[in-house]
Amino acid sequence: MSGAAPRPGPPLWLLLELTYRCPLHCVFCYNPTNFAQIETEIDTADWIRVLREARALGAVQLGLSGGEPLVRDDLQAIVAEAHTLGFYTNLITSGVGLSEARIGALKTAGLDHIQLSFQDSTRTMNDFLSSTRTFDLKSKVAALIKKYDYPMVLNVVLHRLNIDHVEEILAMAQQLGAEYVELANTQYYGWAWHNRAGLMPSRAQVERAEAATRRFREAAGERMKVYFVVPDYFENRPKACMNGLGRIFLTIAPDGTALPCQAARMLPGMEFPNVRALSIEDIWYDSPAFNRYRGDAWMKEPCRSCPERARDFGGCRCQAFMLTGDAANADPVCDLSPHHQLVADAVARAESPAAEEQPLLFRTPENSSRMRR
Amino acid sequence: MNAPAVGADSRPAIDRGLRLQWEPAQGAYVLLYPEGMIKLNSSAGEILKRCDGAATIAAITEDLERAFATVGLQAEVLQFIGMAVGKRWLEILP
Repeated sequence: MSGAAPRPGPPLWLLLELTYRCPLHCVFCYNPTNFAQIETEIDTADWIRVLREARALGAVQLGLSGGEPLVRDDLQAIVAEAHTLGFYTNLITSGVGLSEARIGALKTAGLDHIQLSFQDSTRTMNDFLSSTRTFDLKSKVAALIKKYDYPMVLNVVLHRLNIDHVEEILAMAQQLGAEYVELANTQYYGWAWHNRAGLMPSRAQVERAEAATRRFREAAGERMKVYFVVPDYFENRPKACMNGLGRIFLTIAPDGTALPCQAARMLPGMEFPNVRALSIEDIWYDSPAFNRYRGDAWMKEPCRSCPERARDFGGCRCQAFMLTGDAANADPVCDLSPHHQLVADAVARAESPAAEEQPLLFRTPENSSRMRR
Repeated sequence: MNAPAVGADSRPAIDRGLRLQWEPAQGAYVLLYPEGMIKLNSSAGEILKRCDGAATIAAITEDLERAFATVGLQAEVLQFIGMAVGKRWLEILP
């Protein structure tokens, strides 16, 4: 049945992007390329109010991310409040800034979980891809995570330049004592979108990486769980992005802008509300921005009459906008989309030798200042 | 590593990596884990909230039978706890 969206459930998943500041300069970052123009950061009292209001609505999973959330001095205070309120608290970090004193304080504050990102299994590649010297530091942080009795969850973003190292990455993870490893193929938003031509792997690379992952799982068994997130460009149906915009997921950007997903800021014609002006309840249930893509009345063909629309919600609005210019179109990853050729062309370009020679733009404030959006 | 056998004398506890909590907004107990959540039906919630690492399965069963004024729950409770151990929602304490 098409029509107006029913009143949604609560925002179960709250992601606080505490800052866009970051000591790393990763080429595949999904933060907006114009982050340098968004310098305002809301203060501790604002974050605490956001936590209280969202928890009262039923939010329960909390992600603390950025940028690098450890650059905020009030991280412990935010974690302590979240813990007291009953959130399950997840820190999503590069590990830069996670000293033993800091991890001890976060543990005391009630932090439940740390997800540590690695750029690659080798020092050279890790340091090149993040444009920093961080590999040794990350290894030390991994040991601290174990010492403070956290489950170790490693996240490694895969792309053309490191996807051939999956075997080594998994061996490194095992050596560090990881319980979970997420091999997340790059999603093309923000800096990754800008660098797409240089980051897109070939189909053969993706298949080799999947085969290596299977071999590892068979050999290592249950001790370490490995998730391989298939790159959606290589699929013929879109991902159920955010489980549908405005259904369970709420992001608050560093300046207090409330977003239905981290990348949604790019969507044109949308006025995203700010937590300084409106309560979380008003934002979630009543703001036009959060209601815009609820239900299926906004859909166009082929989604509108598609039996799969309740499963994938037409895919990703940002991807539809970036590739076709209209956020209400079907995500062109879908081979039923009249624009699917755009995705097929991008994948085909990754097969050509020219893909080796694409310049990569690092995520730096200087580069960001030069970007229009 | 094999899961320990589950019997009437076993003392189950919520697995170290999980947290069980009542969520008023969902009207349900949930199991929380890194970046995820399982919403429990009412009987699963009633069993799991009694798995405190001290009570045996026999004692948990008795308590449930008393709370719901019924008898003969042992097979169902054992089966559920066996499943929950298999899924690593519960661990059996020595």
